[in-house]
Amino acid sequence: MKEKAKILDKEALGRSLLRIAHEILEKNKGTESLCLVGIRNRGAYLAQRIAACILKIDNASVPVGILDITLYRDDLTLIAAQPVVRKTEIGFDITDKNIVLVDDVLYSGRTIRAALDALIDLGRPQTIQLAVLIDRGHRELPVRADYVGKNIPTSLQEIVEVRLAEVDGVDEVVIVDKE
Amino acid sequence: MVWTRKDLLGLEDLSKEELELILATADSFKEVSSREIKKVPALRGKTVVNLFYEPSTRTRVSFEIAAKRLSADVINIATETSSVQKGETLIDTGTNIQALKADIIVMRHNYSGAAAMLARHLNISVVNAGDGWHEHPTQALLDIFTLKEKLGRIDGLKVSIIGDIAHSRVARSNIWGLTKLGAEVTVCAPPMLIPPAIEQMGVVVTHGIDEALQHADAVNVLRMQFERDTEGAFPRQLEYFKSFGITQERLSKAKKDIIVMHPGPLNRGVEISSEVADGINSVILEQVTNGIAVRMAVLFLVSQGHDKKYETTN
Repeated sequence: MKEKAKILDKEALGRSLLRIAHEILEKNKGTESLCLVGIRNRGAYLAQRIAACILKIDNASVPVGILDITLYRDDLTLIAAQPVVRKTEIGFDITDKNIVLVDDVLYSGRTIRAALDALIDLGRPQTIQLAVLIDRGHRELPVRADYVGKNIPTSLQEIVEVRLAEVDGVDEVVIVDKE
Repeated sequence: MVWTRKDLLGLEDLSKEELELILATADSFKEVSSREIKKVPALRGKTVVNLFYEPSTRTRVSFEIAAKRLSADVINIATETSSVQKGETLIDTGTNIQALKADIIVMRHNYSGAAAMLARHLNISVVNAGDGWHEHPTQALLDIFTLKEKLGRIDGLKVSIIGDIAHSRVARSNIWGLTKLGAEVTVCAPPMLIPPAIEQMGVVVTHGIDEALQHADAVNVLRMQFERDTEGAFPRQLEYFKSFGITQERLSKAKKDIIVMHPGPLNRGVEISSEVADGINSVILEQVTNGIAVRMAVLFLVSQGHDKKYETTN
């Protein structure tokens, strides 16, 4: 694995999230019935950070939940990597809410497909929107994001790694080569 | 930690890490039962067959609910009404179920080792729901899960198991699981109901109920299975209650927040008084609820296991 380029550093990552927070507030005209749901693992931390930005901007705290999509994956029966089932923690009723799903990287779109199924099993939201830090292209399903930190055209031989202080000890996004 | 086993036959074979993986997975599944729509699609399109050679209501229903909450299809076979009555062997029954393209067999059998034998002959998963006096792994797992949920840990806990240790698969599975996870286990029963050399399993033996309760963080009260007494080894019910029954009075000498567990069904006034069974120390109904999460975790994990002995031919 060879590191090729750093796409975002700590400051740029923070600015991207702050902009996404502004855009969420603009599009939803405030925080009424707004909720954030982060997809495990790193999406959960990004959702917390966006909520912190919203608190700073609008002085309003929005509920944040965590979604584990393992049980909804479409590759569960493929033998390769066995996923660990973790907890879904959504401590509020999502019915009639405006939900912003948060994930780190948008790629094939399959994670988001699974997340939509998982969310809809929990209730009937008014809207579901999607925020991602990185959109790297190569979609396999008709999925698009409403809020994007940065678009990065990539090749299939590359991996986009989002590293966050909470799990990786550092805030940065890098491209590495598969080898 | 990756789960590789296609079967769950007992806790004796499992490593500490495997036990911890089951408990962590069960913890994740618990939330599903609190939803309005109590279902996830993890086992959609899979078929689970409950094959019960012994009467059971709670274990079978618990497995059935667990499988259904994972979106599996469930078939129940009670052997009293099946071709077993016509003399079909266990292995023939198993290979037929495999030929029907089922994915998991959950089996209760009155012979120790029956589940292991079936598992050796089949490519599909086998989950032991109790085999003779040998093991009842999911019952022990739900006991341990409940303990961990209540007390936050297993390591270093003092757990006493009271009752017919000799004929109890629940006791045996609990002893394997608890000792692997670092608990100190005491078993307590009349001498006739303690199997020889039980100390080799790493437990302390006592015949005094007050001694068993004195320092315990939790007590697991086994059901007196009078229907299994073929050797006259059992005391009379009233006599047993007097000497070993868990009463509020006996509990008052134990730790104030001692956890009282029982695998059910209860014999009120035999091994436990109603006052204790319904009292604040009792977690008996929480065990039942947790049984679903634990069995969901087990069904999910074995469906992911692929240490298949033979290449699948079906």
